[in-house]
Amino acid sequence: MQAVIGFDPRAKLLLTLAAIVGISLLPDGGWLVFAGALIGLMAVAMLAGLGPLHALRRSYVALPFALAALSLPFTVPGDPLTRLPVLGWPLTAQGVTRAASLIARSWLAVQAAILLTSTTPPESIFWSLRALRAPAILVAVVGFAYRYLSLLLGEARRMLRARSARSARRPGHRPSWVWQGQVAGAMAGSLFVRSLERSERVYLAMLARGYDGRIHLGQAPHMRRRDWTLLVLGLLALSVGLLVIGS
Amino acid sequence: MLASPAVMHIPDGFLTPLVAAIGWVLALASLSLAVRRTQTSLGERQVPMMGVLAAFIFAAQAFNFPVAAGTSGHLLGGALAAILMGPWAAGLMMSAVVILQGLVFQDGGLLVMGWNMVNMGLITALVGFAVYGGVRKLIRDPSVGQLAGAFVAAWISVEVAAMATAVELAASGTFPLNLALPAMAGVHALIGLGEAIITTGAVAFLQVVRPDLLQRGEGESGGLASSATAIGLGLALLIACLSPLASPSPDGLLTVAGAGGFAYLERTAPFEVLPGYSVPSVMNPALATALAVVVGTVIVFGLGLLIGRLAVSRRRTG
Repeated sequence: MQAVIGFDPRAKLLLTLAAIVGISLLPDGGWLVFAGALIGLMAVAMLAGLGPLHALRRSYVALPFALAALSLPFTVPGDPLTRLPVLGWPLTAQGVTRAASLIARSWLAVQAAILLTSTTPPESIFWSLRALRAPAILVAVVGFAYRYLSLLLGEARRMLRARSARSARRPGHRPSWVWQGQVAGAMAGSLFVRSLERSERVYLAMLARGYDGRIHLGQAPHMRRRDWTLLVLGLLALSVGLLVIGS
Repeated sequence: MLASPAVMHIPDGFLTPLVAAIGWVLALASLSLAVRRTQTSLGERQVPMMGVLAAFIFAAQAFNFPVAAGTSGHLLGGALAAILMGPWAAGLMMSAVVILQGLVFQDGGLLVMGWNMVNMGLITALVGFAVYGGVRKLIRDPSVGQLAGAFVAAWISVEVAAMATAVELAASGTFPLNLALPAMAGVHALIGLGEAIITTGAVAFLQVVRPDLLQRGEGESGGLASSATAIGLGLALLIACLSPLASPSPDGLLTVAGAGGFAYLERTAPFEVLPGYSVPSVMNPALATALAVVVGTVIVFGLGLLIGRLAVSRRRTG
């Protein structure tokens, strides 16, 4: 388990990004390569003690957008396989290959990202963004947003529940959706006021504890030898793999 | 909790690494500008305020209302944030939301995150702010102006962001522009109405409860506002110019249309929202979409004006 989780978050973030770049460069219709990448991702998950299907089970997040790729079989020119019964759109072999490859690549990339977040606490990821020279203020804002997210999401959910609890509906009567939208808007406005006031209290509490406007994100520990080894070996493996596939 | 308000979080694999890199350059350049602008306007409050309000945007995206047939109206929040906090703070907050969604919840890819920040963070905020300011100048009654401005700004911000997404997908060769542009613009013409209604509702609520907060975004005037307006309009224009340029690519729909008869082209927009969304006599589909979006904007402007008038007059009599 330590095998993956113990590594420096910077090395993991860079490797994940490199893996996603590599996946994005895989050729259309390279089914064997896709399968190999999937096995590689599963192996990493096994090493991290997550079980091989961990990332697979959580990878449905990218599905809504992947549905858009279902239009490709009908729009990529090529040899028509068959036509849709009613509309008469031609279904091309090239289009099917294209769509399936697109879905496979984005699905593999999502799994790589899931492996990163499953083995690295969000705070460490944000911190490594800073170590990789992202603007300090932006990283601090992201960190604050993450810290207060579950608080405000909980508040939003309670408001939604309160709305449902108060919204008895006469049978056969349906409120207009403009009205319902206004209610949702009033909830957003109300949550904004509460959040703004909370941010003021947070700021005052920070002042009371000696905040002077400077952002301290903690000192970076050094990349150890094994972090460098992981990074270099991983990048090498990825580039060799891509070169072999490309040739 | 993770229901995306709009089909706009591009996952990895849909953009080529080169296109993705351009997005990162754009995003980092405008974000460092946004960081500097908010530093001068908010000072020490910058981090706690932006951070908590970014969490607010994330949470507010959970607010929905049922529309019809299992679909629901959602908030993306860029225009609302820009109205309340000014364009740069809003762009920063929205980008923080996108980073959080991508890094922690896999909603949107990592490699393509630059474009996701540009589309959902910077474009919605800058365009929303520019349109809000523009509409309010046109309408004399300030309350009506705020409501109508919020309505139009929210709709246009979603629409422009969706069109930008379509252009990026086309630039990567993922979808042909003449398919992606009408589809994205069409779907988001509807999604944008939900956004517009919720945003207007929020502004109407704040007009009653905390009218001072609505002055605040306007306080971001002077050089700041005018440069933001210019950039917002520039982005909108750039996208508008790009769309007809990139469209006559011979791949995709046009070829199929050539083979399958031209009537086929009319049927390929499955998301006909506005009647005659592709203006029939215009042959270039991207031009037709741009034209239809202009017509749609005029309609939405009228709608926003009407809703603003109605809401204010009801409040004054009631």
